[in-house]
Amino acid sequence: MTQIKMTVNGKSASADVPDNTLLSEFLRENLRLTGTHVGCDTSQCGACVVHVDGRAVKSCTVLAASLDGADVTTIEGVANGKELHPMQAAFKKHHGLQCGFCTPGMIMSGIDMVSRYQAEGQALTEDAIRHELEGNICRCTGYHNIVKAIEDAADQMSAPAQAAE
Amino acid sequence: MYQTKYHKPASVDEAVAALSSAEDGKVLGGGQTLLPTMKQHLAAPTDLVDLRGIAGMDAISAADGVLTIGAGARHADVAASATVREAIPALACLAGGIGDPAVRSMGTIGGSVANNDPAADYPAAVLGLGATVVTNSREIAADDFFEGMFSTALGEDEIITAIKFPIPSSAGYTKFPNPASRYAMVGVFVAQTGGGARVAVTGAGQDGVFRAEMMENALSSSFEAGALDGATVDSRGMLSDIHGTAEYRAHLVSVMAKRAVDSAV
Ligand SMILES: Cc1cc2nc3c(=O)[nH]c(=O)nc-3n(C[C@H](O)[C@H](O)[C@H](O)COP(=O)(O)OP(=O)(O)OC[C@H]3O[C@@H](n4cnc5c(N)ncnc54)[C@H](O)[C@@H]3O)c2cc1C
Ligand code: FES
Ligand code: FES
Repeated sequence: MTQIKMTVNGKSASADVPDNTLLSEFLRENLRLTGTHVGCDTSQCGACVVHVDGRAVKSCTVLAASLDGADVTTIEGVANGKELHPMQAAFKKHHGLQCGFCTPGMIMSGIDMVSRYQAEGQALTEDAIRHELEGNICRCTGYHNIVKAIEDAADQMSAPAQAAE
Repeated sequence: MYQTKYHKPASVDEAVAALSSAEDGKVLGGGQTLLPTMKQHLAAPTDLVDLRGIAGMDAISAADGVLTIGAGARHADVAASATVREAIPALACLAGGIGDPAVRSMGTIGGSVANNDPAADYPAAVLGLGATVVTNSREIAADDFFEGMFSTALGEDEIITAIKFPIPSSAGYTKFPNPASRYAMVGVFVAQTGGGARVAVTGAGQDGVFRAEMMENALSSSFEAGALDGATVDSRGMLSDIHGTAEYRAHLVSVMAKRAVDSAV
């Protein structure tokens, strides 16, 4: 067992976990944050993507024990109260989901790619979005509306930064 | 996943000690290969020795014609590093093409090189640039390091601490990704160095990464794609599986080698 303490969606969470506990298990079973989905459990589908210290990672492929002191954000932590995150709002507007199983991972990957490209001052083109989505699999939508949603959200997400300049 | 004991040592010495006192201990780098393998019960180490608590393991620096990348540097760090982009742009580009963004935020160069997957990208760069693998106890030349599929010169409880890449005058890497897994069906790394041209091929060989000598000779006389006309690799040593036959892979090696030379900077 390992004693861990991390910040999840801004709140402190501590537990004594078996050493083989995956972050996805810790989030879903210990914290009951079931918005993080487990689709494949073989590190391929991306349904389980969360942010750890600002980076997108597959929570099914990280040990909880290795994250003592980490800052974790899950899909439950991106909205501002009742107000959806621009990425969530764009998925809703553009029908970027059908069954919704892949959606938490898509949104977390979407937010990550937009922030990375904006930090580097690079344009997030349609091509780049498709490339960036290589680790997120969707069985329903055919991806077109997901790509449109991320493109639209990228515009929304850049707006406040520009206004502040 | 079977039960295992997690360790997070603060130094390389402590890590080596933890490994040697474990019954069947394994190093944990970014976990992007080891954890999926453990989940499938294909590996069941009694102890995992995580290197991420060791300060400086992910350092990247360039001096005196050598780029040194710490074993703990993650693929995303290497791809984004201004030092790597300046010294060996082909290496930054290779790192940025490994797997997907979430794999790149965790996977490390040390883990990839230690694992020596026959379809992995980094082994092509390490061999193609004639790099040196630095461990806790010695330095191993790339030519002596890769011993075959998933097999290396690393001893038991030996830990890679860094990779030293001599900076070439130019280098390029092109891979033909498997459309499903994104691993290389064939990846070719070419480099123009003081000692002539080097060409390393990943994804294709039955024994993992290898040097294509006929291509090296052709490129040593003239480092341009046209020089590779007629320079081939023998299909007899190539992998043949549901993704492609040995002949197909041998053909792809020639095509990728030319594109790698064209892309070299
Ligand atoms: C979906 C997916 C797609 C991928 N696509 C690609 C791809 O296109 N190309 C590619 O090259 N790779 C790909 N990978 C593999 C990825 O690059 C891994 O990160 C890499 O192979 C292993 O690095 P790691 O740091 O995660 O090592 P780990 O998984 O932690 O370890 C792998 C092995 O190396 C050993 N090890 C780790 N670090 C050290 C060290 N410093 N010294 C000695 N031994 C060590 C471990 O004990 C273990 O045996 C992919 C992985 C996934 C999950
Ligand atoms: S559940 Fe983690 S990648 Fe599919
Ligand atoms: S909406 Fe069903 S898997 Fe993507």
